[in-house]
Amino acid sequence: MSTSTDYRRRQIVGRGIPVAGNDIDTDRIIPARFLKEVTFETMGEHAFEDARKHNPEHPFNQKAFKGASVLVVGQNFGCGSSREHAPQALMRWGIAAIVGGSFGEIFFGNCVMLGIPCLRASQEDLEWLQKAVGRTPQTAVTVDVDKQEVRFGDRVIKATIPDGPRNQLVGGTWDSTAVLLEAGAAIETAAKKLPYVTGF
Amino acid sequence: MARTLLDKVWEAHTVRTLPSGQTQLLIGLHLIHEVTTPQAFQMMKDSKLTVRMPERTFGTLDHIIPTTDQTRPYADPLAEEMAVHMIRNMKEFKLPFFDMSTGKQGIVHVIGPELGLSQPGMTIACGDSHTSTHGAVGAIAFGIGTTQVRDVLATQCLAMAKPKLRQVRVEGALSRGVYAKDVILAIINNLGVKGGVGYAYEYAGSVIDRMTMEERLTVCNMSIEGGARCGYVNPDSTTIDYLRGRQYAPAGAAFDKAAAWWKSVATEPGAAFDDVARLDGGAIEPVVTWGINPGMSVGVSQRIPSPEAQPEPERPTFREALAHMGFQAGQPIKGAKIDVAFVGSCTNGRLSDLRIAAEVAKKGKVAQGVRALIVPGSQQVEKAAEAEGLHEVFMSAGFQWRKAGCSMCLGMNPDQLVGREMSASSSNRNFIGRQGSPTGRTLLMSPAMVAAAAITGAVADVREILK
Repeated sequence: MSTSTDYRRRQIVGRGIPVAGNDIDTDRIIPARFLKEVTFETMGEHAFEDARKHNPEHPFNQKAFKGASVLVVGQNFGCGSSREHAPQALMRWGIAAIVGGSFGEIFFGNCVMLGIPCLRASQEDLEWLQKAVGRTPQTAVTVDVDKQEVRFGDRVIKATIPDGPRNQLVGGTWDSTAVLLEAGAAIETAAKKLPYVTGF
Repeated sequence: MARTLLDKVWEAHTVRTLPSGQTQLLIGLHLIHEVTTPQAFQMMKDSKLTVRMPERTFGTLDHIIPTTDQTRPYADPLAEEMAVHMIRNMKEFKLPFFDMSTGKQGIVHVIGPELGLSQPGMTIACGDSHTSTHGAVGAIAFGIGTTQVRDVLATQCLAMAKPKLRQVRVEGALSRGVYAKDVILAIINNLGVKGGVGYAYEYAGSVIDRMTMEERLTVCNMSIEGGARCGYVNPDSTTIDYLRGRQYAPAGAAFDKAAAWWKSVATEPGAAFDDVARLDGGAIEPVVTWGINPGMSVGVSQRIPSPEAQPEPERPTFREALAHMGFQAGQPIKGAKIDVAFVGSCTNGRLSDLRIAAEVAKKGKVAQGVRALIVPGSQQVEKAAEAEGLHEVFMSAGFQWRKAGCSMCLGMNPDQLVGREMSASSSNRNFIGRQGSPTGRTLLMSPAMVAAAAITGAVADVREILK
């Protein structure tokens, strides 16, 4: 569990980094050979490793985007494998919020568990934002989870996140273990009602 | 009102509604393996937490296991370290563990159903996206991340939003040479790789009804490749017959009671779905992927599509796929040369898959220059296949007969593609770099089609070989 004291994620303000393309899977974000680690500590070094090697122009290689914390992506980002190593790698690289068209469902859930909001924007707005961030990487992007909008310069983009995860992130209750433990004995009570738990 | 299996299982496992609006969902079976759990166990230790229901958590080793020399320590020190951690954690937290010595080790999604651990009406979670496999027995089963593994270990619960439900009906009759793998690849091609995001899939229709349990496992396995976190088939007599006599299934009078309850969780006639999709099973031919996600596929008689024929936003991905694969738009997929053939994985590493591949292997010898691996999904599959002499069929045709594990599906063990090698694979993902080489290339297909490609040296139509 995180030791950070403030869990609330009302808004994230930081410089942007665009990664264009649809259906970028978690194998691409962190190839399986880097999963042979018993901690997540070194994951940040390997974010997009193969894509970066293959393409020196990859945004994660560019000095201009160093220190960025708001990732701007396309459709179905983070599809595929459930590996939490993918959001861990992004988080440890410095990413604190993601704006995209849509997200792989397990990836989205893993991000929430780490306090990383993933907001959905329209294709048109994403294309604009990717270009704008590329042009002026030093300009801060504001990801407002509470108001469900992304601000860049004087432009405001509508960006949505379902109520459940939004409440968790804004309220700082995304540390799910603590929340689930609060149910106490109700967990065992629910279990005892299941025929397969009681032996039919 | 008529209810669906999803409604009933969800309700039965609801502990409470969380302030976020999500459900605190009880997890009936938690399966764990060495790759996505060490960090979760560390978090448990750091927070001084104990495993809430140790009798509902089962572990095995699968992802990093070498399939040739399995003597410890493993040649790869990182793999050895992962095994050491897994073994230590299972011992420290006193959890049931199917290690190599038990004869029951194997890919977590093969051994769950095989041991009768995965049962109808359960909720099942595992730190692996292919957990959807277990939905074949009529369970709600989904993959989770490592922090969620900690949640299940510590609380036996997950915070989840109930998905929407799409019924996917496959009607008609499959033609000879067309298998469960072709059906699910056709479904994904049809509904898209993100078509299932936010949905659970209920597979139904006469084609699914007639499928064996192992075929249903193949279909449900790849739900996640269509974006659906879970997919299931309603329990029926096939399910009940499959579970009878399995180690962890109820026995004696309890079995009959269980069977009655299992049937009672099935979707009721007239239940409403958020969406219904229909496929004509008779129109499906053997499917081969040509691109870099499992939705990029064609029938074996077809040509690779052109990016220009796609909607504008899809074109860059299509161009990237063609460039990575070294294919031209308009090129027939049949005849594409291969370097490696792989039969195995949680999708197609069961006994029936090996039987089908062996049937094809009898028709020839592995083509010169092709490296062909047969990797059983579990030690029990390996033993059963050897009892039937399948290993001899494979070896005399020039295939390598290996030990159980995830192997070349994701190349976390020494079984990896080298350089730009082209692989005909019965696994589930053709993502760039998936099979261990950043430039490696993967063509997904059924085990029969993999064996056909192995003996031809190129993508072939298994229907012509089986004639």
